[in-house]
Amino acid sequence: MSSDHVHKTYKLYLGGGFPRSESGRSLKIERPTRSTNRSPRILAQIARASRKDLRGAVEAAQKAFGPWSKAKPMLRGQILYRMAEMLDSRGREFEDLLVSFGLSDRRQARLEVEVSCNRLLWYAGWADKLGQVLGTVNPVSGPYFDFSSPEAMGVVAVYPGEKPALLSLVSTLAPVIVGGNCGVFLVPYEAGPIAITFAEILATSDVPGGVCNFLTGTRDELLTHFVMHRGFQANFLVSDDPREIKLVEYEAADHVKRGKTVPLGTPALWRSPACQGLDWISPFLEIKTTWHPIGL
Amino acid sequence: MRLKPTNRNTHSSDIPKARLNLQLFRTKTLPFLHQSDTPNPQLERYDPVMKRKSSILLQPRENDTGLPPCLLVDAVGLEGRAAELKKRSWKKGVKLEAIERAISMTDLTTLEGADTSGRVERLCKKALRPDPNPDIPQVAAVCVYPNLVETAVKVLEGSPVEVASVASGFPAGQVPLSLRLADTRMAAEQGADEIDVVISRGAFLSGQLEQVFEEVQAFKEAAGKAKLKVILETGELGTFDRIAKAGWLACEAGADFIKTSTGKVKINATPATALCMLHVVRDFEAHSGRAVGVKVAGGIRTSKEALHYLALVLETLGPSRLTNKLFRFGASSLLNDLIRQWKKQKTGRYMGPDDVCLD
Repeated sequence: MSSDHVHKTYKLYLGGGFPRSESGRSLKIERPTRSTNRSPRILAQIARASRKDLRGAVEAAQKAFGPWSKAKPMLRGQILYRMAEMLDSRGREFEDLLVSFGLSDRRQARLEVEVSCNRLLWYAGWADKLGQVLGTVNPVSGPYFDFSSPEAMGVVAVYPGEKPALLSLVSTLAPVIVGGNCGVFLVPYEAGPIAITFAEILATSDVPGGVCNFLTGTRDELLTHFVMHRGFQANFLVSDDPREIKLVEYEAADHVKRGKTVPLGTPALWRSPACQGLDWISPFLEIKTTWHPIGL
Repeated sequence: MRLKPTNRNTHSSDIPKARLNLQLFRTKTLPFLHQSDTPNPQLERYDPVMKRKSSILLQPRENDTGLPPCLLVDAVGLEGRAAELKKRSWKKGVKLEAIERAISMTDLTTLEGADTSGRVERLCKKALRPDPNPDIPQVAAVCVYPNLVETAVKVLEGSPVEVASVASGFPAGQVPLSLRLADTRMAAEQGADEIDVVISRGAFLSGQLEQVFEEVQAFKEAAGKAKLKVILETGELGTFDRIAKAGWLACEAGADFIKTSTGKVKINATPATALCMLHVVRDFEAHSGRAVGVKVAGGIRTSKEALHYLALVLETLGPSRLTNKLFRFGASSLLNDLIRQWKKQKTGRYMGPDDVCLD
């Protein structure tokens, strides 16, 4: 946990840097008090991202996409492994953060950090096996060698849930980037301090700048701008709200975006193996089929 | 071309107009010489308050050196002013119009060793119709190497899009003058409407201003009917003082445009150098009555940058100069970004990488 004397400023994570919102706006995270005549205690101030921050984030992600998608799968695996190492070594800090921001109790927080580490390791192992498992050699009637292989799509808009703050972020981040995509994450502001602290792990794990970009703010304000942006190739939504789901899917039709929607769920559900899997990776991969003549 | 000896004792009024007034650069005590007694009617405006004709906007400010104010550069102030105008915001309809204006001012450029006639044809077609949406205007010109002028002319003939060619030993200009002139003549003969020539930076930096001046005059002659754009290569000149001097010299020698850069050196167009050159053409117009254009080139990739340059023009020369007759962008990837921003203004949606055609 941070020292009592140095209060951390939680900023955005864009293109590998930690800038403030271009709008200069911020949000308070408060702890309500029981007595009515005392004002609530401010736990932290976090940046409130704007439409223009989103534009910058997408540009950063587009720039990062080329090298990241072309990086050797094994390297991506190693980087995810390194993220798990870093998270493990700072596990206690994340537990304290989760508890102090009222997002979890101590026991659940410990479990959440542990499962998050394991989940990163699990996806790290997938990095260099996706081609073998999702790719196929297709039997065709003709003198052709015909094979299909998965490829990264581009930039994915990710909307992780508010709780469990860390695990929801890790469970949506890892499957998106392991296949070579880049992501722009709209983090609910209550989870902001967790996400921005997690960004420090990304920044020290050799994840190239721009591969993951975190915007903290309110979903109400930014969701419309996110879903209307044609720079995204896919959506990854964690939500139970039928209006949000409808909006995302409706706007996705404009640009033929793909995507995956998962329910908010409970912390226990997020800890279970149901919240990881190949079907969390594959919606963000495109299958390319190549025909090659045989016997020439 | 033979260099004429200069006589420093020659009285200013004896210098024929077509020759460079070197005193202007050499001394700070002589009065501002070319200020004509008969004001240019084009510049005059009737001032109802003063009850007389005036041309306040374009009148050089008084100063005790007698030099046109653009030649006395306050570098810090210039940088500051250019930076301040970056904050100028363009809203909604005005932004859309500014983007359209910027598109119509673009010289779509390809200056690579790997250019083929196929690529130039493609680029010309893009210049004629930058996007399937017919509301997006055509660009001002296509800018190519002299070898490819013929190809470009074939595609663009009969359209308002002009063919511009670089010449005169572009980009370094380090070949004999006879070759540079032949190069320029060839581009003109092939049908280029505009010719971008480079000045000899080496000669300029070693103080041979007459040589540079006479070269530009010779290029003007060689270009014939084509518009002459003189590239100062500001990145190699180093200081605003030299940029202003070189700009003024090019204007006096007959340039139709002065252009910042070739795009082939490290430092390309910056807002401050553009502002410096805008001051030069403003003062030159007040001094001679002839309006010279400015072209900024190299490294301009985003609409935001382009709109910043338009703000500089607007605030320095006024809205009437926001036309492709007097201001140009030399760029290639800028056009796609302008189109993307245009569509964003129209549809409210940010465009993705697949929403514009590749070159």
